[in-house]
Amino acid sequence: MSDPLASKIIAAISEVSKKPLEDVKLESTFAELGIDSLNGFHLLCELEEDLGIVIPDDDARDLRTVSDVVEKIRPLVEARAS
Amino acid sequence: MAVTGLGVVSAIGNDRGAFWDSLAGGRHGFREITLADTSDLQYRMGAEVRGLALEDSFDAGSREILDRFAMLFLLSAREAIADSGLSREELRDAAIVTGSSLGGQSTQDDLFRALYQEGRRRITPFAVPRIMPNAGASHLSMEVGCEGPGLTLSTACASSTHAIGIAFWLVSQGVVERAITGGSEAPFSRGHLKAWDGLRAIAPDLPRPFSLGRKGMVLGEGGGALILESLESARRRGAHVRSLLVGFGMSSDAGHITKPSARGASRALAAALEDGAVDRERVDYVNAHGTGTQLNDVAECEALREVFQDRASTLMVSSTKSMHGHALGASGALEAVATVLAIDNQVAPPTANFLERDPACPVDCVPNEARDAKTRVALSSSFAFGGLNAVLAFAAPSA
Repeated sequence: MSDPLASKIIAAISEVSKKPLEDVKLESTFAELGIDSLNGFHLLCELEEDLGIVIPDDDARDLRTVSDVVEKIRPLVEARAS
Repeated sequence: MAVTGLGVVSAIGNDRGAFWDSLAGGRHGFREITLADTSDLQYRMGAEVRGLALEDSFDAGSREILDRFAMLFLLSAREAIADSGLSREELRDAAIVTGSSLGGQSTQDDLFRALYQEGRRRITPFAVPRIMPNAGASHLSMEVGCEGPGLTLSTACASSTHAIGIAFWLVSQGVVERAITGGSEAPFSRGHLKAWDGLRAIAPDLPRPFSLGRKGMVLGEGGGALILESLESARRRGAHVRSLLVGFGMSSDAGHITKPSARGASRALAAALEDGAVDRERVDYVNAHGTGTQLNDVAECEALREVFQDRASTLMVSSTKSMHGHALGASGALEAVATVLAIDNQVAPPTANFLERDPACPVDCVPNEARDAKTRVALSSSFAFGGLNAVLAFAAPSA
């Protein structure tokens, strides 16, 4: 994968879900990965800390797939970089 | 059994009268939090106790050994004892049973800052007695000279409800003739507020239980106390009986550590009714757990439907957390006081901040305005994190 941000997020999700990296795909849902709301918020907490961003509560509650997380976080990281 | 004394300190009133006036007027106590820095949180609002000069009620020595949470309980207990008219001698063998989820949270926060941030070498010896969750119960026993059974329960948001229930059973079983019970919480410390920020369960504005557009709970603080005594004792001394406490029910969800279960809640509701041999047709009002989160309010309505069937649509079910906030381990005490006052006044307090009916919450939540209502039996429910559920059943003395 040539998307470093997506790779980082997938690695974090693999860590939290305890699923092998190859099982975590962009289209995977949290439900499929066995990530409930508590684990999901923990994941976002770790990503916020790691990336120096803040994900608003309303946005956090709407995330359902790996791709959702990547696309929600990308503009936040880009805004921070600029 | 009789409830012969009530006391309360909360964001909507620092005594019983002011508390009820706010409830009956549908007035909430949410303002911007002042007790801790909220600048990097995703919420600002909280239900803090205001207008209380603690130095007027506690001398310098007491303030050194008491965390805020213990002071809030002591203030509410003093009012309840005065309300009951019971003497020091009459309370000597009473039980004291309190609930608190956190104990001396502010003290712990200050201690950690001193230790980790300031590098302090030795911590004050007052820290341990300030932090311990039984501090409220212990200091009350010392203050009143109460030598009966004393204990404190910690079951998250159901702590005080469990405490009142256990006190009820101690008196019912004849272990003691009287009990002082309730609980307190003072959660507004930076560390604890950050912890709730991580859970993303706090609304950015106001709690709107059962309403469309609700975005979560809002934290509160306070203390509530009730005096329980056998009816025989109350009648013998001509006490004013504000209400009867007739039943207590508990259950565990055995499900998720934070998500509520309608089934677990319904079993606790049913258990309270069974304990009190209460005909569910005589229940007129339920003081709901009603946190204002998406999950709790839906699960709670499902539980009420399970227990009350078609009556669930017309039963009055309000959340006073919409006004005094979610005071965690103190909530059960604030809500028990509110429920007794509802019976005493025959008025159902409203669910404040209500915007629009949510089809997933098909109950009469008494939106925004209190309602004169014949109230024969009222339930007060607490469904806590960790799936621990507790419900109290109160009845009008004439019921």
